[in-house]
Amino acid sequence: MAAITMKNIVKRYGDGFPAVNEVSLDVRDGEFMILVGPSGCGKSTLLRMIVGLEDITAGEMRIGEEVVNRIAPRQRNLSMVFQNYALYPHLTVFENIAFPLRLAKVPGEEVDRRVRETAELLELTEHLHRKPANLSGGQRQRVAMGRAIIRQANAFLFDEPLSNLDAKLRGQMRTEISRLQRRLGVTTVYVTHDQTEAMTLGDRVAVLRKGVLQQVGSPRELYEEPVNLFVAGFIGSPSMNFLPASVDGRVLDTPLGRFEIGDERKAAAVEGRDVVLVGVRPEHFEDASLVSAEKRARGSVVRARVDVTEWLGNELYAYVPYEAPDDVAAQLRDLSRELDSDQLRTQAVVALDASSQITPGDEAELWIDTSKIHIFDPASGGNLTRDEARVAELAQVAERAREAQRRAQRPGEGAGDAADLAGGEGAPGTPAGEEGAATAGATES
Amino acid sequence: METARAKWMWVLASLLILVWTVFPILWIVMLSFKQPGEIGNQKGFLPHHWTWDNYRTVFKTDLFTSALINSIGISVIATVIGVVFATLVAYAIARLEFPGKKAILSFALAIAMFPVVSLVGPLFDLWRDVGLYDTWPGLVIPYISFALPLAIWTLSAFFREIPWEMEQAAQVDGATTWQAFRKVIVPLAAPGVFTAAILTFFFCWNDFVFGISLTSSDSARPVPAALAFFTGASEFQQPTTAICAAAVVVTVPIVVIVLAFQRRIVAGLTSGAVKG
Repeated sequence: MAAITMKNIVKRYGDGFPAVNEVSLDVRDGEFMILVGPSGCGKSTLLRMIVGLEDITAGEMRIGEEVVNRIAPRQRNLSMVFQNYALYPHLTVFENIAFPLRLAKVPGEEVDRRVRETAELLELTEHLHRKPANLSGGQRQRVAMGRAIIRQANAFLFDEPLSNLDAKLRGQMRTEISRLQRRLGVTTVYVTHDQTEAMTLGDRVAVLRKGVLQQVGSPRELYEEPVNLFVAGFIGSPSMNFLPASVDGRVLDTPLGRFEIGDERKAAAVEGRDVVLVGVRPEHFEDASLVSAEKRARGSVVRARVDVTEWLGNELYAYVPYEAPDDVAAQLRDLSRELDSDQLRTQAVVALDASSQITPGDEAELWIDTSKIHIFDPASGGNLTRDEARVAELAQVAERAREAQRRAQRPGEGAGDAADLAGGEGAPGTPAGEEGAATAGATES
Repeated sequence: METARAKWMWVLASLLILVWTVFPILWIVMLSFKQPGEIGNQKGFLPHHWTWDNYRTVFKTDLFTSALINSIGISVIATVIGVVFATLVAYAIARLEFPGKKAILSFALAIAMFPVVSLVGPLFDLWRDVGLYDTWPGLVIPYISFALPLAIWTLSAFFREIPWEMEQAAQVDGATTWQAFRKVIVPLAAPGVFTAAILTFFFCWNDFVFGISLTSSDSARPVPAALAFFTGASEFQQPTTAICAAAVVVTVPIVVIVLAFQRRIVAGLTSGAVKG
């Protein structure tokens, strides 16, 4: 197990296009790091550079203490789960899982023991003698995982491992991966374009856009304190609404209506600006008729015409079209295209309580929780109201949650076992490390 | 109705093709069972008196037995060397980026198109000078060079079908390039390797031009060439029936090989490797 340190990593292809540009990222020992971004943002390329399947154009990649820029994949002692699993079709499940051990010339009995342990862990025991072609998608996925965890790798790398599964299975495998990672405590880098996976799995999430790292932080930090328009729009579903607003002292004049900024800090941030973009998450709207008077005072009420509603049982989405100046509309359209969703019109998506009686076509009174709004600079896209104190606080919360989760997943009182596992040399073929893993596995089963 | 008619059309078409291809073979088989004197004197497709004499004659003739050994030996050696070479070359072409890759492919194609006959003269002279004339290597070398292009093209098509990830997964799992090639790529390409091997073997086995012009004695003459030197059991008989018997004997290995490896050729080993 080891930390992965990236310093100013650049990947330039033959045509000079930088697929990854000046990315610096520290993945701490035992951490679950998610790389997320829209298609073509360079997240897979970055992962492949970590594992060594892509050359690094510039920058420095360290695994543990070692600079690995020029080291072959097989010597990096990492294991990877590919998007299409890349199982060896001519080998049985047993031999697929045993493959890394066979290459490391591990004696037959030990291979047998470890494969059986791994199969037990992943519930593959009854399939060991079948060929991958005869397995279901979920089973193949588990075989790929088995092949990854069988040896004591320094880190696990996942390249969109769940994207080939159907929705239900994806949910199951997601929790399975999370549990496994927390129990084994192995440094993990996981590439996905799926929001849910990014938010639920990772200790920290790194958002990439066109090869440039935008923000790294706990899922909660990304959601609550995004650094710019891109991150704000990318994280969250439905995504954050961006309303153009002209500033009039403490009052923001938006296409949905005028409202006042309550917060001193935020008011100070817009001082001296004419035009800003106001970001409001759908859930920070509410049907004004359902808001208590006390709560109502914390925000503002606007009147807007609702175009379409979608009732989902637990909540109600209302779509509120609005007019925006052409340049802002074009900017918003570009952003939405970049986020892989081609939104044609400027409209706000509003998530209301399911009991709301608002009907399409009506003028509706909507309450906005103005304490939760973000204000962005329309030119640079930067978040003008990011709260650094809150960010630090969130980081601490995330750290505590991570520790707690890790303790919960370790077997029994297991502090000793866990320490063995984490503190072991971790090099392949080191008896101590393998022994530790074996005890951990045995205690579990 | 429509489907039933279509089905009958297919059956009819298949039958026609079957008759077209099987008839000459059957004819040769029938001739090989006739008595030497029967040809030209008695009409009929089936032999009047079935006889194994021709086969006995054929196997008693040193000319044929030595030719058979030559044919088998030369073809097997050329196939093994050719396929091993072609596998390595095809892998490089399918997987690696290197300057001159296009040149190699087009060169291979050019060789495949080259009229073989035009090379016979120069080769004859050259082989006599270097002492390869009428030896096994003297045939193995041209066979390999003319069979390689086809084998390379077939194999590189097969290699391209194998997903890159297979190999990358093997590398991440700790395999060297050579181990990844041997343990993952070659087993997956096995159907392709067999196809290439069979094609190469057929090419060598069937060759006549090199066989007749680069040999002069039993020491290297392969069967197709040897057939031309056949005489009957006595010099007063036409050797037609004996030649037919010999032809049947040399066709048998081909049929056996195809039947034996048919399943391997057809089997799509890669199914299930990648979720489709």
